[in-house]
Amino acid sequence: MVKTGAHEESFSFNRDVVAYINSAAERGVYDIRGMGAKRSLPTFDDLVFLTASMSRYPLEGYREKCETKTVLGTRSAKKPIKLDTPITIAGMSFGALSAHAKESIGRAATANGTSTTTGDGGMTVEERASSKTLVYQCLPSRYGFNPDDLRKADAIEVVIGQGAKPGGGGMLLGQKVSARVADMRTLPEGIDQRSACRHPDWTGPDDLAIKLHELRELTDWQVPIYVKIGASRVFNDVKLAVKSGADVVVLDGMQGGTAATQQVFIEHAGIPTLPALRQAVEALDEMDMIGTVQLVISGGIRTGSDVAKALAMGADAVALGQGVLIALGCNSACYTDTQGNEVDVTSDYEKLGTAPGYCHHCQSGQCPVGITTQDDELQRRLVVEEGARRLGNYLSVLTLELATLARACGKSKVHNLEREDLVALTVEAAAMAKRPLAGTDWIPGT
Amino acid sequence: MESVGATVKLDLAQTTVREVNHFLQHELGKEPAGAVEILNPAGAHNIAVGLDAPVEVHIRGHAGYYVAGMNKRATVTIHGNAGKGVAENIMSGVVRVKGDASDGIGASGQGGLLVVEGNAASRCGISMKGCDIVVGGNVGHVSGFMAQAGHLVVCGDAGAGLGDSLYEAVIYVRGRTHGLGADAREEPLTDTDRVTLAELLSAAGFDYDPEAFTRIGSARTLYHWNTEHREAYG
Repeated sequence: MVKTGAHEESFSFNRDVVAYINSAAERGVYDIRGMGAKRSLPTFDDLVFLTASMSRYPLEGYREKCETKTVLGTRSAKKPIKLDTPITIAGMSFGALSAHAKESIGRAATANGTSTTTGDGGMTVEERASSKTLVYQCLPSRYGFNPDDLRKADAIEVVIGQGAKPGGGGMLLGQKVSARVADMRTLPEGIDQRSACRHPDWTGPDDLAIKLHELRELTDWQVPIYVKIGASRVFNDVKLAVKSGADVVVLDGMQGGTAATQQVFIEHAGIPTLPALRQAVEALDEMDMIGTVQLVISGGIRTGSDVAKALAMGADAVALGQGVLIALGCNSACYTDTQGNEVDVTSDYEKLGTAPGYCHHCQSGQCPVGITTQDDELQRRLVVEEGARRLGNYLSVLTLELATLARACGKSKVHNLEREDLVALTVEAAAMAKRPLAGTDWIPGT
Repeated sequence: MESVGATVKLDLAQTTVREVNHFLQHELGKEPAGAVEILNPAGAHNIAVGLDAPVEVHIRGHAGYYVAGMNKRATVTIHGNAGKGVAENIMSGVVRVKGDASDGIGASGQGGLLVVEGNAASRCGISMKGCDIVVGGNVGHVSGFMAQAGHLVVCGDAGAGLGDSLYEAVIYVRGRTHGLGADAREEPLTDTDRVTLAELLSAAGFDYDPEAFTRIGSARTLYHWNTEHREAYG
């Protein structure tokens, strides 16, 4: 029976929808925010491992080694990327992030034997100095892109799209375009900086193949070239990226973060990381490119179990963005000052209309904990050494958790995890990952 | 490779683009060089990319995509037509196309001078960041799109959508413009413009009166997101 009481909330026009419509009606603009999709999506949590028992032998957790070394870019580069862990840092720009945040990331990545990645706006001196292995992004805007920095890079990542907004360009709002950011991007200080959604000098995969060739000629065929795509039509896009000559495909799922994008884009475009990964692996398999072209998956990777499941599904590595920011202190009620004191900044969250744990106001430039800001005073709230320590710990924990699960599955290398090690807990995850529903042989759609 | 006097000749009918670029990038700067002649380009892509030396390079024929890409200090002349993205991201030096050029030329160029003696296709000077481009003929649609700094001089006509989403770059057009893009507007020539135009035309080898050009600049209405301009944003 349909209830029609005086206080019965409409499903279609509930209070959230009413608030959205009122906001649109009142202000005439759509919402732009940071971070990633907040809606409930199928995730790696919907998969579990079938660890060893009678039919598989586990490795001894604290005695037997489980190899985590990872090599990316073996297809055509003279110097592939060699890492101690398959957990890498995704591209995040100086501009979106403070210089302190970028340096913290570089230090932590270096200490953990992994790579970090530039972002829209180019390479900073601090970032290059602090990052042993640095991936240099080539984006549609080409802000700060130049041959000198290109030749300082350990790998190049041509960005076609990102999971938070596949098919969309970018926007760095004027409040974050400081004098230094403006200078790096050749723009006036304080204006909204728009980033194009298409590259200026190529259109389509045939052109991209020639563009990648140019980048190889510019760098003497020394370093690998990654191609990053946002997850939408994954199967065909991955095949085209490989056909274009990519050494590594970076696939960013719907849960991937952003510094500033329209809310409607973040929540309603692209597909979740879980089905995207499966489709990408199928594409590589169909082209007989598994092991030749490496696959890096990103978008909502948070834990060591996420990493382990991604590798079991067929990824060669993962890239972290929002998890990195949270490890640095994003959404914390306090920051730790240079004296080691915890300083409560809950009131600064309140000024943004939010609270610790809920903040997504990266676009504002008023980050209460100094991560996504260009304000000198706010930036100082993130002490580089403390940020690097916390992030280093986080990366270390993820690697340990990954190895723990791999050992329990009887693997002496984390890259030996395989799809057969996984089953699904939900019908949706079973269909998307094409793994059987736990306790059954049933894979929906097959 | 054939060396005739101070001129080095590289024949792409006999060698590869890889070998040519390796020579230009790594061998040429080691001693004072005269000119380098690249023969039989036959539309090959990525010729003479990434140069970083004060050398003179002549490409005798038509070249494909990205010729002289990211050029620094070198003077590169294409004695024919050039494909997409010639002199993309040029940093300094001079790149000259004796014939026509395809689209996206000088894209995101940060410095130096790009001259096309013929016509250039669409999106000429897209996202340019400080380079100067002089086109002797016409340019295609949406030229100067999101151009941030530098000058685009069009001695002929300009296609539709000229200067769309323009930042601080300035466009000069001598002929007819088939429509301006969002946020681009005609502005009066200043004395500074006249001097700039005279210098660029002289450097490019064109004998036109600066007074014959129309200046296109940014109205700067899109510098801050504003609902009143939503139609321009799309």
